[in-house]
Amino acid sequence: MKAFAELYVALDETTKTNEKVEALTRYFSRVPPADAAWAATFLIGRRPKRLLESRKLSQWAIEESGIPEWLFGECYHAVGDFAETIALLLPPARSSSDLPLHYWIEERLLPLRDADDEARRASLVAAWREMDERQRFAWNKIITGEFRVGVSQSLVVRAVAAVSGLDGAVVSHRLMGDWQPTAAFWMQLVATDAGDADVSRPYPFFLAYPAEGAIEELGDVGEWQVEWKWDGIRAQLIRRSGRTFVWSRGEELMTDRFPELKALGPQLPEGTVVDGEVLPWKNGEPLPFAQMQRRIGRKVLGPRILSEVPVVMVAYDLLELHGEDIRERPLEFRRAHLEEIAPPDSALIVSSVVRAETWVDLTARREEARARKVEGFMLKRLGSPYRVGRRRGDWWKWKIQPYSVDAVLIYAQPGNGRRASLFTDYTFGVWDGDKLVPFAKAYSGLTDDEIRQVDAFVRGNTIEKFGPVRAVKPELVFELAFEGIQRSPRHRSGIAVRFPRMARWRTDKKAEAADTIETIRALLPPGGGSGAIG
Amino acid sequence: MDPLLQVTDNGLYCAHGDFYVDPWLPVDRAMITHAHADHACPGSRAYLAARPGAALLRGRVGGEAAIQALDYGEPISLGSVQVSLHPAGHILGSAQVRIESGGEVWVVSGDYKLEPDPTCAAFEPVACDTFVTESTFGLPIYRWPPEADVFAEIRNWWAGNRHADKASVLFAYSLGKAQRVLAGLDPADGPIYTHGAVEKFCKLYREAGIALAPTTHVSAAPAGTDWSRALILAPPSANGTPWMRRFGPLSTGFVSGWMRIRGARRRRSLDRGFVLSDHADWLGLMTAIRESGASRIWVTHGYRAPVVEWLKRQGLDAQAIETRFEGEQDETGAEPAEGEP
Repeated sequence: MKAFAELYVALDETTKTNEKVEALTRYFSRVPPADAAWAATFLIGRRPKRLLESRKLSQWAIEESGIPEWLFGECYHAVGDFAETIALLLPPARSSSDLPLHYWIEERLLPLRDADDEARRASLVAAWREMDERQRFAWNKIITGEFRVGVSQSLVVRAVAAVSGLDGAVVSHRLMGDWQPTAAFWMQLVATDAGDADVSRPYPFFLAYPAEGAIEELGDVGEWQVEWKWDGIRAQLIRRSGRTFVWSRGEELMTDRFPELKALGPQLPEGTVVDGEVLPWKNGEPLPFAQMQRRIGRKVLGPRILSEVPVVMVAYDLLELHGEDIRERPLEFRRAHLEEIAPPDSALIVSSVVRAETWVDLTARREEARARKVEGFMLKRLGSPYRVGRRRGDWWKWKIQPYSVDAVLIYAQPGNGRRASLFTDYTFGVWDGDKLVPFAKAYSGLTDDEIRQVDAFVRGNTIEKFGPVRAVKPELVFELAFEGIQRSPRHRSGIAVRFPRMARWRTDKKAEAADTIETIRALLPPGGGSGAIG
Repeated sequence: MDPLLQVTDNGLYCAHGDFYVDPWLPVDRAMITHAHADHACPGSRAYLAARPGAALLRGRVGGEAAIQALDYGEPISLGSVQVSLHPAGHILGSAQVRIESGGEVWVVSGDYKLEPDPTCAAFEPVACDTFVTESTFGLPIYRWPPEADVFAEIRNWWAGNRHADKASVLFAYSLGKAQRVLAGLDPADGPIYTHGAVEKFCKLYREAGIALAPTTHVSAAPAGTDWSRALILAPPSANGTPWMRRFGPLSTGFVSGWMRIRGARRRRSLDRGFVLSDHADWLGLMTAIRESGASRIWVTHGYRAPVVEWLKRQGLDAQAIETRFEGEQDETGAEPAEGEP
């Protein structure tokens, strides 16, 4: 537990990815394989099912700390992190544990699964008493399942690659699927490459920058292939050696999440890699992205969700044909073969090309984006290769402007983690007659300096408190930008928006001049459907 | 009888002695607990302060101001009250104000801490009927580690940075905290430099006879100085300014009680936080309150609401009072010490 608590501190003390990878590498190379396996499990966000209710946990911590419950609540509001609050409040540590991480998990935590509350309490209190403050914190993070320390899967992959001398893609692949955090698993993970990962390996994605300045500066419109820009999950569909894989851009293997795409595999020629966007899709058009989120959150996909939220891949490009890497071939070549291999009337829909004679025509057609539920256009230079990473020149994204609304700050509550004890999470209202109706929540878009000013305003202008939430004098006006808009019976305003954020603090506007709910309703698409997505 | 002190628009006022304690607006006569900006407002006609802090106060309120220095424990009569100043252990010259009238005693603590500090006189418990306390760190999550451990951490961090050829930029409140840090560092570890805001107060401390590790003002360092072995003491407001660029590769640390909370450090994107405060932690506040023997407690700036609630449940007559003191600030005003709006 010593090494693990030190690792946690080391990861927490730097924002530099190289230093995080170094700390991980040091840790993995000095601990027993079973510890490394457990640490990797937590760091990549897998964890045993949560065993303990936080209500019970806080009750036991309160008893052990000897403070009243109300004071624990005050402390939690100031800290903003449950595991940390407990670690800070427990009586000063008198010992420090030399026992390894896997002992703590396997011998102390997992057996609590079948224990009654009294046994759980006794075991936890004993654990706290055996640990020092840092260890208690890391342990609390593990048992509360809030294990986030700014380490992505890709950093763990880099560290394992450094420890084992393996290629990162091999490690990524080995970390996929079902495995148990055991010493044996770790030994397999770092064992010499047997070529097992090559078959699934995706290509690095080519990403576009936004087009800036006058669009005419891109030259003759005829030199560009124009497609709609969809908002889903960018992915590669891979068919090799009779097997099918779907990789997300975040290098996550998502094959099992998308059985519709897995089923496409056998219809593709051997040695195929398609680049595209996975979208929830029904009746020839995308569903709101929130529907996709419903699906992604699930481990088990039942028939109901599959029929309610089916997915397709809108195919953008073909990267591998009959086992040959064709990324250097011209766009037109890749496109022609993509159209050829895509099975008709399937879940693989080749992204349609928009034709326009002039930039003026194209600008006009871009206005269709919201009705089509897309973000705007993608512009791809004819004759260009498929490049690696985010590059300027051959691909540009040309998005429509976001919606924007002036709304009044009506509620505020403290943020979490680094924003704890600052009021950073805001609810905004718009006018419905002479009342402000809550319309959207937003957390981002302000500078640190502006956050401090708003925080001071909230403290000085609270009119009512509901737990951590403050109702404030309706005075501050912010321009909110958002992408999609749709009807929602779950929201008091009857409206839900996608990606709301603060575009600007309208210090020039008084609350009375903020927008009304009617103005916002007018943005809704006709009928019962949703507005443009992202 | 009227209370000896009342809260007015100018600050805490003693009508029987016709003086204010740490007024936030200019007044005729101001009793100053210590020279931090939120307690020592310029512009008053006459000031009274503890002798060791008089020079610091002069720096804050200007060369022309009338400042009367009192020794710790030296009583004076003002109107119908007896007043004396007693060490508060916060910074050099910090004082608690004891006010006595007709056998009733009030003590205004100003800011204070109970831990020993080589740069100032130690906090002295003063028996009283009413104790006016700060509450900057008035939650039990605030529990200070032993000072020796913190200095060991700072020195290890500095050593690690020297090893990695990185400058060590250590942020600390420029009056009080920076000097306390200097008194605890070993000049044999490497060269120590200061930001101008810090150096100004170091000079006053040295003139008062406080032993501090030798320092060089950053601006006095010749071009081409190798910063990779140096520790640079600077106010937190210097973080992220162009002033920092000269140091090349660096690691940042912040010495503050707020660093007890992980989120407070992460929010500032600092590499390291060192938990060292010139304010009392929860236990310190409760100890001072208990040792004062007071039955009535007025709670000023900080986590007033939980402290008042806690004291009431202990059977004390406690109430929160409105002041404009700010407690341990990081000079950017970022830290919301208040538990209440």
